[in-house]
Amino acid sequence: MSATEKPESLQLEKPIAETYILPVEDPILRIEDLSLYYGETQALKGISVNIPRKLVTAFIGPSGCGKSTLLRCLNRLNDLVDNVRIEGRIHLDDMEINDSQLDVIELRRRVGMVFQSYNPFPKSIYENVIYGLRIAGVRARSELDETVESSLKGAALWDEVKDRLNQSALGLSGGQMQRLCIARAIAVNPEIILMDEPCSALDPIATSRIEDLIDQLKEQYTVVIVTHNMQQAARVSDHTAFLYLGQLVEFNRTDIIFTQPERQQTQDYVTGRFG
Amino acid sequence: MSKNWRQGEQYVWASATIVTVTLLMAVVLIAVVLFNGLGYFWPSSLVRVRLTDGTVLLGEENRREEGVAGGAGNLQLKVGNRDLYGQDFRWVKGGEIATRETPTGVVRLEREEHGNFFGTLESLALPGLPGAHGESDSLWERFRRALEEVRAQKETLDEAREALGDLGGEMESLQQELRALAYGSGGAASVADSPAVRALVARRAALQARFEKENTALAESVAGLNANTARFRDAGGKEKDIPLAVIVRAVRPNDMSLLAKIGFYISKIGELLFDEPRESNTEGGLFPAIFGTVMMVVLMSMFSLPLGVVAAIYLREYAKEGFLVRLVRIAVYNLAGVPSIVFGVFGLGFFIYGVGGAMDQFFFPERLPTPTFGTGGIFWASLTLALLTVPVVIVSTEEGLSAIPRGLREASQALGATRFQTLVRVVLPMAVPGILTGFILAMARAAGEVAPLMITGVVKLAPSLPIDGTFPFVHLERKFMHLGFHIYDVGFQSPNVEAAKPMVYITTMVLVLLVLCLSLTAIILRNKMRKRFQTSTF
Repeated sequence: MSATEKPESLQLEKPIAETYILPVEDPILRIEDLSLYYGETQALKGISVNIPRKLVTAFIGPSGCGKSTLLRCLNRLNDLVDNVRIEGRIHLDDMEINDSQLDVIELRRRVGMVFQSYNPFPKSIYENVIYGLRIAGVRARSELDETVESSLKGAALWDEVKDRLNQSALGLSGGQMQRLCIARAIAVNPEIILMDEPCSALDPIATSRIEDLIDQLKEQYTVVIVTHNMQQAARVSDHTAFLYLGQLVEFNRTDIIFTQPERQQTQDYVTGRFG
Repeated sequence: MSKNWRQGEQYVWASATIVTVTLLMAVVLIAVVLFNGLGYFWPSSLVRVRLTDGTVLLGEENRREEGVAGGAGNLQLKVGNRDLYGQDFRWVKGGEIATRETPTGVVRLEREEHGNFFGTLESLALPGLPGAHGESDSLWERFRRALEEVRAQKETLDEAREALGDLGGEMESLQQELRALAYGSGGAASVADSPAVRALVARRAALQARFEKENTALAESVAGLNANTARFRDAGGKEKDIPLAVIVRAVRPNDMSLLAKIGFYISKIGELLFDEPRESNTEGGLFPAIFGTVMMVVLMSMFSLPLGVVAAIYLREYAKEGFLVRLVRIAVYNLAGVPSIVFGVFGLGFFIYGVGGAMDQFFFPERLPTPTFGTGGIFWASLTLALLTVPVVIVSTEEGLSAIPRGLREASQALGATRFQTLVRVVLPMAVPGILTGFILAMARAAGEVAPLMITGVVKLAPSLPIDGTFPFVHLERKFMHLGFHIYDVGFQSPNVEAAKPMVYITTMVLVLLVLCLSLTAIILRNKMRKRFQTSTF
């Protein structure tokens, strides 16, 4: 996006005054007035939104709008980055995520994550899936075997790899590796799965398989997905949040966001006038 | 042409030329070492040269100098027989040579001292070997048989000598116990005749008597064995009686078949790798030096590898990037450039005099003023070299760690792994190739380093290996031999430099091969690991 193409409504230096946030009954995540600073730069500006349970929620917005940063707040992965300061509260049911006393390990078991670049460990397929269980100290062979089968089935990968579980995961294709990463995430039985542009490195066929998979996953898990592909957001998500310059502009049902958004900026973005 | 110039072809050519020159230098180095080293063991023919003034010389052709302007070249002969003439080598002017032949039946002896002997076998005197006489056989056959028999007897004598040495060691440890008792009492007179001391003194006296008796018996046997001699005549007509016991090898190179020569060559290589040196290191084997080098490198690795890896992990994974960490990193990088002799001096001052001296005060006070750990030894030399190589390990480990994609660390932590679990299960295994690279560099550097060793425990000739059969089996305080120092000693400190020259090449060759073997092992290991972690993207 270049500055000259920006519609006037989006050239905002001051906070966006008018936002529309859909209220959600019985949310799994309640984000309240969340701000995040990288050193002096403010990357998230007072975001408040509730994430609905066992549905797919998409974060969309142009590059650098803070959608990945927001996602990484949900499992405290920003802890790994130096010079980050977070204000505000996030509740996972009754757990306060931003509490400095929080057991981060426990949180990350409840909130799994799938990354943009598929990143299986350089171990066997089997070891990749049970990594989370291994570090939790699970030893029983039968339990591990069961988990491998159920997780790989859950990630629609079982039929393709069941005969070569002990081969290196690095021999799989890109789409298979990403599904393996999903299997790895669901092996620890989380409540929420965060996906950070899970298909951006994949071809269209692998992408459609992942999208089908997301559809199945929401029967059991809450999925939060970041994507810069608006068609994908439209296809897979039930709710969509539009972020711009670190602020939440609009949160609504996906069909409303894409057909009759409440805000002009959202309209401009989803119709491709910029971004 | 100009198009190539504009495209920068000339830089490609220039860099290719430089690579070629570098490669050539390495190849020439290896070739010179191999050529001079490997050729030495081949039993070359003995030539008999009659000079115009009537002198007859017998020896191996060592070197030729081309004559100036078509004149006959000069010839250097290795004539041996140092005990008769005082020199091993003789230059002969080309014009002086009247006749030149390769006679059959001439003998080449390798002896335990005085270098080689070249001549003919005249007669045998075998008072101690009645069984060796068989009138039907030729003189040479009888000589060979007698030689074998003498060698067998010598082996039993060597065993006896070893037993005697053990006895000596026992007496020495008794002496230590006595001293410890005296030291413990603070020199009180009452201890001098305490029952414990008296028992020890009595035991020592018994041992002393046994030692002397066995020593006399051994000396008699040695004298008896040495009475078996063979009489040789050299090219000049001088006769020499040589005891069979001092002959290491006797061959007639001009009568040897190719197969016999190959056999001789292999036995020489065997001697090189598995025997002790002779004749102030210019002959015989390199075993103690090879052993010392390998053991030192292994000990060094045991210190420098864990130290370097742990330091690098802290610097890269845990320390907060800032002024102090940058300072430490710069210091570590610079440490790699400090001249090795400086490390040697540090090792001497800190490890040997400081730590070693303190250890002697605490653990071996009864042996003072004779130092135990307060003097150079393989332990201190290894520690000094470990210090020298730690920066290399740190730098390459850090590079290995930083090359691991951030995504993998995040993936691991997002699955609920702690930082430490991520390190042990994901990061470290992937950093192994980088760590091994540093390890290879460290090993190669340590194996070739001489300067710091010379002041921290290397000796020209170590009486015993740092590992042997006497308790506690590993003697870290002992001095040791080292191939690099061996090169220096044989090549530049030897009284007979010309004769020592081949040994310098051979030792160099062995050192290079040793480093190659050590590195190759690590490289194979690294490539195996690397294959495991290779990521196929897309």
